[in-house]
Amino acid sequence: MFFQKEIETMKSSELEALQLTRLREMVDYCYRNVPFYHKRLGEAGITSGDQIKTLSDIRYIPFTTKDDIRDQYPFGLLAVPMKEIVRIHASSGTTGKPTVGVYTRQDLENWSDYVARVVTAAGVTEEDVIQISFGYGLFTGALGLHYGLEKVGATVIPASSGNSEKQLMMLRDFGVTGLVATPSYALYLGELKKESGYPPEAYAKLRHGILGSEGCTEEMRDRIEESLGVNVTDNYGMTELTGPGVSGECEYRCGLHFAEDAFLPEIIDSDTLEPTAPGEAGELVVTTLTRKGMPVLRYRTKDITRLNYEPCRCGRTHVRMDKVMGRTDDMLIIKGVNVFPSQIESVLVATELVGPHYQLVVRRKNFMDSLEVKVELTDASLLESFSGLEQLREKVHDKLKSVLGLETRVTLVEPKSLERFQGKAKRVLDLRNEEQE
Amino acid sequence: MQIQQLSVFIENKPGRLAEITEVLAEAQVDIRAISVADTSDFGILRVIVDKPDAAIAALKEHGMTVSLTNVIAVGISDERGTFSKAVRFLADQGFDVEYMYAFISRDQGRAYVIIRTSDGARAAQALQDHGFEILPAEAVYNM
Repeated sequence: MFFQKEIETMKSSELEALQLTRLREMVDYCYRNVPFYHKRLGEAGITSGDQIKTLSDIRYIPFTTKDDIRDQYPFGLLAVPMKEIVRIHASSGTTGKPTVGVYTRQDLENWSDYVARVVTAAGVTEEDVIQISFGYGLFTGALGLHYGLEKVGATVIPASSGNSEKQLMMLRDFGVTGLVATPSYALYLGELKKESGYPPEAYAKLRHGILGSEGCTEEMRDRIEESLGVNVTDNYGMTELTGPGVSGECEYRCGLHFAEDAFLPEIIDSDTLEPTAPGEAGELVVTTLTRKGMPVLRYRTKDITRLNYEPCRCGRTHVRMDKVMGRTDDMLIIKGVNVFPSQIESVLVATELVGPHYQLVVRRKNFMDSLEVKVELTDASLLESFSGLEQLREKVHDKLKSVLGLETRVTLVEPKSLERFQGKAKRVLDLRNEEQE
Repeated sequence: MQIQQLSVFIENKPGRLAEITEVLAEAQVDIRAISVADTSDFGILRVIVDKPDAAIAALKEHGMTVSLTNVIAVGISDERGTFSKAVRFLADQGFDVEYMYAFISRDQGRAYVIIRTSDGARAAQALQDHGFEILPAEAVYNM
């Protein structure tokens, strides 16, 4: 199923031609309308889109970083007069001051098209009833999915986040067929569903899990699919680039199709800032090709992934990105070893008797880093035997060691004692600069 | 002859034991015997209560990891060597003692030892046949 078949299945050569035309226009547009880009492009010797001869010439355009966007807070990157702006969003500010996104009427129209493509690729049709359990408000996730789903014609329930009992009640009573949530919240609802006292048939209509706004490992996906009885598809986006709709999985779930006519992706090496070899992992960089309110050139997402230009069985020609492997931000460097929380999550989700929720505590003592992994003991079967519990702890420790190449201290904690997150999960507590023991 | 004991997983953090026993008090549950074994990070609280089912329901409702286990209660008179005779007997009969803890009864000169052994039902029968006092569950719950 396609939402805009002619674009989504466009021949690669035509798509590239369209991207080049739009990229040139975008360079001109930014140079003329955004003082920040006028200066940046000028410094790089680019004063006209005509200087971009091929798509690979994009490398001459300077990067835009999150700090650049923050420095322009709130409206420094505006390309149109405020009266043409019809909506303002802001990022959740996971890592500091929020970043602002502004939208013209046309931007909103395009955005909902991109989201409509993502949810259609996920299998949603006008027959579906979708509960949006993202927090409504400044966050682009909820309203982004909301308008995209309405565009497809699905029935939308703006449940917002929180009040989990009521969330389950709506899932049962409104005949909900799909849930939009963060993976961690979906996992939590899955746990509650089991304890809700209703038979699984009460939730029988539920089949789509449209999850996004944070990473989700394969193991976690399996756990969510099992507990909620859904088919999970991942989608990707961020406020800096518009919101959700940048990319999403099709029914074959072999990577997230980019809306390449609107978002031009590149992969770079974060250290050298040079493009990586085709198919290699690196930091995703995206240029918006249609955005008018707040265009962004070569935005460094800090997300680590790789691009796959092989054609997909679904018929879409647009490039696929792998599920995000981690964020350069999230990456912890412990005793010189790079650690992504997602690696730890995969180990825990695949281990019996412990829960999938975790907290990582990083400490420094005598100039030595240490990593503590707190995980919930969810099964009571080992309570008669201390040695059994110790063995479980060793098992988790050994698995982590083989995956991370790092010694960790595994602590078993009580079930539900670790925080549950309704928005983006914050699972890392880095005390290295705070406590000097 | 076996008694149901609750085992509760608890983290080693201040006030946790108080919170858990408060849950029991709120559920109108009386504690008959109690023991905590711990490592540096976590402990296992073992309790015998008058209403095991109510206790387990209350603890589960509070999200605790809790299990029910069968243990036996052996009566020991206050005479030198009685206790060692009981454990010697168990050892000679090939029962492994996994853990144990004692409490004193209201009757003078009598103590009780809660024992978790392999094959508890058979151990209890063997002890009783050999003249040791084995407390029935009801007697412990209503003590």
